[in-house]
Amino acid sequence: MTHAPILQVEDLAKTFTLHTQGGVQLPVFDNVSFTVSPGECVVLSGPSGSGKSTLLRSLFANYLPDAGHIKVRHAGGWVDMVTAEPREILAVRRETMGYVSQFLRVIPRVPTLEIVAEPLLAQGVTRDEAEARARALLARLALPERLWSVPPATFSGGEQQRVNIARSFIRAFPILLLDEPTASLDQANRETVVALIIEAREAGTAIVAICHDAPVRDAIATSLFDVTEFAAAA
Amino acid sequence: MGVSEPLLTADGVTKLYPGGRVGCRDVSFNLYPGEVLGIVGESGSGKSTLLNCLSAKMEPTAGSISFNTRTSGLTDIFQLSEPERRLLMRTDWGIVHQNPRDGLRMGVSAGGNVGERLMAIGARHYGNIRQEALDWLTRVEIAEDRIDDRPRDFSGGMQQRLQIARILVSNPRLVFMDEPTGGLDVSVQARLLDLLRGLVRSLGLAAVVVTHDLAVVRLLADRLMVMKDGEVVESGLTDQVLDDPHHPYTQLLVSAVLQV
Repeated sequence: MTHAPILQVEDLAKTFTLHTQGGVQLPVFDNVSFTVSPGECVVLSGPSGSGKSTLLRSLFANYLPDAGHIKVRHAGGWVDMVTAEPREILAVRRETMGYVSQFLRVIPRVPTLEIVAEPLLAQGVTRDEAEARARALLARLALPERLWSVPPATFSGGEQQRVNIARSFIRAFPILLLDEPTASLDQANRETVVALIIEAREAGTAIVAICHDAPVRDAIATSLFDVTEFAAAA
Repeated sequence: MGVSEPLLTADGVTKLYPGGRVGCRDVSFNLYPGEVLGIVGESGSGKSTLLNCLSAKMEPTAGSISFNTRTSGLTDIFQLSEPERRLLMRTDWGIVHQNPRDGLRMGVSAGGNVGERLMAIGARHYGNIRQEALDWLTRVEIAEDRIDDRPRDFSGGMQQRLQIARILVSNPRLVFMDEPTGGLDVSVQARLLDLLRGLVRSLGLAAVVVTHDLAVVRLLADRLMVMKDGEVVESGLTDQVLDDPHHPYTQLLVSAVLQV
């Protein structure tokens, strides 16, 4: 079973120039090309510092590459995340591409349940249904019920990570970018998250992930992409 | 009006002060409905001059600014007659001043401050006006029983929220904000930002927010323009400009922020 790609990376290059450090150049990668189709999970491999996070953040347009294209199938056409207008990128992030980072970055003082339900509310799902689905997902991720009405600012790393996961998996994105989604989780929670990722993949989500944990990687990956092969010359 | 039509366009906006001092130079952008544009830069970078031009308080020396009016599409705001421009400012536009005293009538009750703007656009029924004022006071988290109090008896944060209610009651499509959280305690700032963010998103407002506070734009703005010496040195998606700044000045600005 093969699908046409939903994400096409072509000849991507990224170098950081640090003007505050006398213009030091930090080349990261060069000539990166790959495609991801619905139902595929490409895990980026390579040691720390090899540019995996820089590549993943570039795909989300959080970093701006110096050359190349990141073409995303969106709303019946293609959007190049390298050259698109901010409002087009925001539309892609709203409808097509989700990003799960290691860190929860949310508005202060908003309760956990609200944070998790919010993506559904934004899609026009009724409040009752959105909250019911948020409760079900938080329960599946074993986040204690007494925490649901509390803002996650004071939660432990693992608890915040599960809020982050819940918020990202409550709705189906055509493309998901995962940066160490199981990093600070215990064994049981890690298994739950792996099951969520596999369910999303089998439902047709195209996934690009960074994942150092070998058993998790083996469970979710349909292919590996070695970033070190594309290291830019210093 | 289609979503693809800009609400506000600036084309080569330049303001020179007497003696040739540059206020701002050659600023161009399109702002779309529902989009929030942040303008950052330090004091003297030209961001306030630009905001004054955009909001029709000051005519630029060169370049043009057009607003998509309900009746005649994109129109140069300085080609409008004075009454037309004033009508625009009372209805489709709102300006949140840094100092609430510039946006409020301090001697008039809170309800009066909100109702006044409704009356300016033709509302006459006292009961309706009072009810609408009450609704808005509640939405900006001001207790109902303060409706007859004067803003001079309010705290700074409450005055700022009242100013916001006064503006939003006329259902504007574009809001200009000049350092909206300036001069407030940090905890009050956070609450005001939460409120602004919720209102901007739920009402689909377009906004231009001028500030020197990067945390404010991170939370409120979709996109960012960084100004230095009157010119835009970098612009783009807010998180991209803040997390991967390219211009030396932006890198300096971002690296100067204390991490807490």
